[in-house]
Amino acid sequence: MRTARIVMPKTAKKGEIIEIKTLVTHPMETGYRRDDMGKAIPRDIITLLTVQYAGEEVFRMDMFPGVAANPFAAFTTIATETGELVFTWTDEKGDAHVEKAMLTVT
Amino acid sequence: MKVIDRRHILAGAVASIGAVTLLPLRAIATPESMSAAMSNALGGVTPKPGRIKLDISPLAENGNSVPLTVTVESPMTAADHVKSIYLFSPENPLPDIARFHIGPRAGRAQVKTSIRLATSQRVHAVAMMSDGSAWADSAEVIVTLSACIDAG
Repeated sequence: MRTARIVMPKTAKKGEIIEIKTLVTHPMETGYRRDDMGKAIPRDIITLLTVQYAGEEVFRMDMFPGVAANPFAAFTTIATETGELVFTWTDEKGDAHVEKAMLTVT
Repeated sequence: MKVIDRRHILAGAVASIGAVTLLPLRAIATPESMSAAMSNALGGVTPKPGRIKLDISPLAENGNSVPLTVTVESPMTAADHVKSIYLFSPENPLPDIARFHIGPRAGRAQVKTSIRLATSQRVHAVAMMSDGSAWADSAEVIVTLSACIDAG
């Protein structure tokens, strides 16, 4: 079970640029490591983070094994309207973790 | 009966040192795969220096998680904005680290993340603009504890 953290303001003035910080728990196993028995540890990484704001995509990040464990990403967006932000992390098997946050624009 | 003299032992020692030091190199991206990854991501466009700034600590104590910030000079309007930001690591097993896709709604062209570095190297950041131009910056990072490739 993954847990995700979103750090962003709850409210913003219309037209204001806000910063959004995201973090999800995930080992980001590179596939290059071996266990104590010398057996290769299979690759297991999140490959995609998408962020939709009031139904429209505002940020997308493709990830490779070079992204550190518990992937952190921060970006900015213009507060355009009151709406929900939907954060979706997808791993290589297609499993997704979704987190939502509300932004009130005044 | 096989005689093992000092010379044989020395030769064996040198050979095994060579094997040990050469082993990790196989897991490192070659300059060819680095430029292939770059041209694949950029669609053959050669980036020019300028307009983009890669902020990363020159000394990383732990290669498992190295924070960085990429900032691009851009008005971020519908007509003139940053479309994508790419990160490359020539000495990691895979030269691609991450690709960020933004647009005029970002307001500001700035992204942050944390990356892995297998060894000390020059990290590259490239910005792809809406007019098709590409801009690059790079920074040398010395890693004291490498991101684990083997168990641990």
